Amino acid sequence: MNAQATDLYHDDHDHHGPPPGLWRWVVTTNHKDIGTLYLWFSLIMFFIGGAMALVIRTELFQPGLQVVDPHFFNQMTTLHALVMIFGVVMPAFVGLANWMLPMMVGAPDMALPRMNNWSFWILPFGFGLMLSTLFMEGGGPSAGWTLYPPLSLQTGDALPFLIFSIHLLGVSSIMGAINIIATIMNLRAPGMTFMKMPLFVWTWFITAYLLIAVMPVLAGAVTMMLTDKYFGTSFFNAAGGGDPVMFQHIFWFFGHPEVYILILPSFGLVSEIIPTFSRKKLFGYSSMVYATASIAFLSFIVWAHHMFTVGMPLAGELFFMFTTMLIAVPTGVKVFNWVSTMWKGAMTFETPMLFALGFVIMFTIGGFSGLMLAMTPIDFQYHDTYFVVAHFHYVLVPGAIFGIIAGVYYWLPKWTGNYYDETLGKVHFWLSTIFVNILFFPMHFVGLAGMPRRIPDYSVQFTDFNQIATIGAFGFGFAQILFLVLIVKCIRGGEKATDQVWEGAEGLEWTVASPPPYHTFSPQPIVK
Amino acid sequence: MKNIRRIPIVLLGLVLWAASFPAAADWQLNLTEGVTEISREVYDMHMFVLWICVAIGVIVFGAMAYSIFYHRKSKGVTPATFHESTTAELIWTIIPFLILVAMAIPAAKTLIVMEDTSDADITIKVTGHQWKWEYEYLESGIRFISNLHADSREAATLGSGIDPSSVENYLLEVDKPVVLPVGKKVRILLTASDVIHAWWLPAIAVKKDAIPGFINEMWTKIDEVGIYRGQCAELCGRDHGFMPIVVDARSESDYNDWVTAELAAAEAAASSADREWEMDELMERGEGVYATYCVACHQGNGEGIPGIFPSLVGTPMALEDIEGHVDIVLNGKEGTAMQAFANQLNDADLAAVITYERNAWGNDTGDVIQPSTIRSMKVQ
Ligand code: HEC
Ligand code: HEM
Ligand SMILES: [Cu+2]
Ligand SMILES: [Cu+2]
Repeated sequence: MNAQATDLYHDDHDHHGPPPGLWRWVVTTNHKDIGTLYLWFSLIMFFIGGAMALVIRTELFQPGLQVVDPHFFNQMTTLHALVMIFGVVMPAFVGLANWMLPMMVGAPDMALPRMNNWSFWILPFGFGLMLSTLFMEGGGPSAGWTLYPPLSLQTGDALPFLIFSIHLLGVSSIMGAINIIATIMNLRAPGMTFMKMPLFVWTWFITAYLLIAVMPVLAGAVTMMLTDKYFGTSFFNAAGGGDPVMFQHIFWFFGHPEVYILILPSFGLVSEIIPTFSRKKLFGYSSMVYATASIAFLSFIVWAHHMFTVGMPLAGELFFMFTTMLIAVPTGVKVFNWVSTMWKGAMTFETPMLFALGFVIMFTIGGFSGLMLAMTPIDFQYHDTYFVVAHFHYVLVPGAIFGIIAGVYYWLPKWTGNYYDETLGKVHFWLSTIFVNILFFPMHFVGLAGMPRRIPDYSVQFTDFNQIATIGAFGFGFAQILFLVLIVKCIRGGEKATDQVWEGAEGLEWTVASPPPYHTFSPQPIVK
Repeated sequence: MKNIRRIPIVLLGLVLWAASFPAAADWQLNLTEGVTEISREVYDMHMFVLWICVAIGVIVFGAMAYSIFYHRKSKGVTPATFHESTTAELIWTIIPFLILVAMAIPAAKTLIVMEDTSDADITIKVTGHQWKWEYEYLESGIRFISNLHADSREAATLGSGIDPSSVENYLLEVDKPVVLPVGKKVRILLTASDVIHAWWLPAIAVKKDAIPGFINEMWTKIDEVGIYRGQCAELCGRDHGFMPIVVDARSESDYNDWVTAELAAAEAAASSADREWEMDELMERGEGVYATYCVACHQGNGEGIPGIFPSLVGTPMALEDIEGHVDIVLNGKEGTAMQAFANQLNDADLAAVITYERNAWGNDTGDVIQPSTIRSMKVQ
């Protein structure tokens, strides 16, 4: 033990690695190990959440009830969303941050390594609690991921489990966010000023503040729900002087910044990748930073656009409509800057670039439907229909998820020291892109034609588009198996990657070896 | 590598493939224009915004496609070095802002009209229950509950084997639609008894939440006689997908005839509760009431769903405790999905369904509960 401890703190980082065996992963405080844990966790959860989505899509293949009871269907939509949001997208971002932030700012590790270990290891327990409810009598939570009372108060024994698991996930996210902020504030290499930081670092920096601001709000809301259910309070019960709509306000005060938590780091990823493969600097760096900050600020004052139908006063509806429309401005700036970065570049189309381009196009499509939803009078027609499901899946799947996948492809050679199989990567991209559109585009149509969301069965005129969507869902799901295969292949071997990896890449992470030594950057590099 | 213009190709593929399907359904792609002035305004605004999005999309994706095509390394280009321009940033901040203002102004105007519920000709109150709608006409006092139609209910049971396309208006048909007059401003008050529901009728572009303990308001003025269908639009539990809304819009004189007939029927129902009822009669009626009002939770065989909805078969309450049984059906149980039926069903229906529960599925207690008993227990 003693010998090992001295070894761990030994300066000669080329010669020592982690402690051997599986125990390494339990006790590790190394940012790369923890990053790896987060990323694998996220991938596993992606398949679990995806399997739930396929249960939903299977039931929706035809009108009538064929495979699941409506009660179970509702559990699937609820858990699918919670798993995808808290178990896939957020951990994947934290995993990428763990791996890359220290390397991008020239730090030896994250600022708070032990807390880092904690914030990962809470996650499996949090999700263990949440998913265990599926096996309880009465089943898992079924009131939708938005958990609106009074419906959520009808949940059986699953409710306290769900609430405690949300507390755990919140603690984990907050610790992760504190760590990221501490790292960026304190461990930047000499010369790495704020306005020289790569955009992925910037977007995560801002995201971390959003997390710290809103995760406690969610924790508060669900705790009030817990006391309403078990300790006789009436926060959300009109009969006791409370207000069910208050929950929605609190929830969406968390929820809207949350949706930006789910997209800002992907903005950062794409802003790294497009310049590399365009062989041209990012256009409008500082306006990208300001746009991100404005989006983050605006995200706090638009929450009630999710609640236009609750019967707000006219003034409230107008206010939230105007602020929401305003978000389109900084978002547009980002898209225009990405396109200008490509303009007159010398582009190549390796897999990370393909996913990044897919991101720009399909995220923009999701942005368009978002703009439509912002208009209160027409939102009355769209609200709670499949049009909304199409909208948020466009920003989340070919948005957030494509950003993450692009990031993984971009840095996989750096992490493993091997190039991945480019052909397989391209096949993965094309299959994902084709199927994701077959999956989600028709949802716009059925939504406009009047199909509500969160229903296990529908009237027959919606059949055809639903069948198309289901086929797309299975295609998309199976295409992701290629991703898994590709990653495993790449870890096992392949063409050796150079340190530079990509011809056009710039930044500190490309100055270290591929794969990087267990401890990067001590002493710190100097940025000119 | 092919270029990135795959979206149109995918879409084209979708459309071609769609066309090869048997014409089982109408491939409705777009929002309905509806049958009110407001719904047409909403439709126009929807199309306006859609075209703006398409135009912006053409510019942005067009520039991308051009650049992807011509600014690629394989064409031997050397990358330019420009990477900022304050002018460009200002242009694409200010122009989108102006477009947004152009969109916001008509939207605000329409919204103001939509929220103005004053000067209504008639007022109806809509109450959402798990999982049916109750309608009350405040002027005439007509009150009834509108349930999913029995044919749809039967077909929409897991493993029913009934083909939904053989059911007329599958999931969009009710046992009793709301009747409204055309050409009159109707104010709709919304509330709920248990959880939040949302009342949505696409043809009139009106959707609002029905929230327990609160009353929301909205209005409509329908132009054309016809039957219009919608659904609950807020997740409200297991059968959220099974509480449709059907509005039967009639001419003013047809509407008045309907009101007269309804009032007469209500009178007749009230007097029928005064007489003694036979067991058979109660059982028959009770079976129907059960199938409409209770089956969604307690299930056709009375056994409920373990852990969520209790069984009524062979339980102490169903076999012995008559008072408890009547009490829970009349008053429901606070904080659970079991709602108070005292105001949803009339005395004869209540007596019938309780009698039915005490004698069906082998519960053969032989108890007969009379409407008059219910009436006296209600008073207590
Ligand atoms: C929305 C779902 C729902 C509907 C519809 C419903 N019930 Fe219930 N019912 C419940 C639940 C949940 C309970 C358990 C309440 C509790 O926790 O004690 C219950 C309890 C009961 C009980 C008491 C059972 C016992 O042994 O304690 C009776 C009797 C009953 N319901 C009768 C009816 C009748 C009659 C109808 C139709 C008129 C009906 N229910 C409709 C959900 C429902
Ligand atoms: C992998 C492919 C995916 C498929 C096939 C899929 C499919 C679906 C379907 C069919 C629904 C149910 C809609 C309804 O009944 O109302 C749904 C809901 C939802 N999905 Fe996905 N989804 C996928 C990925 C994702 C991802 C990656 C995220 C988030 C990052 C996500 C977030 C959500 C959310 C928030 C809901 C709403 C749940 C609710 O109504 O409470 N989905 N999805
Ligand atoms: Cu929002
Ligand atoms: Cu509902």
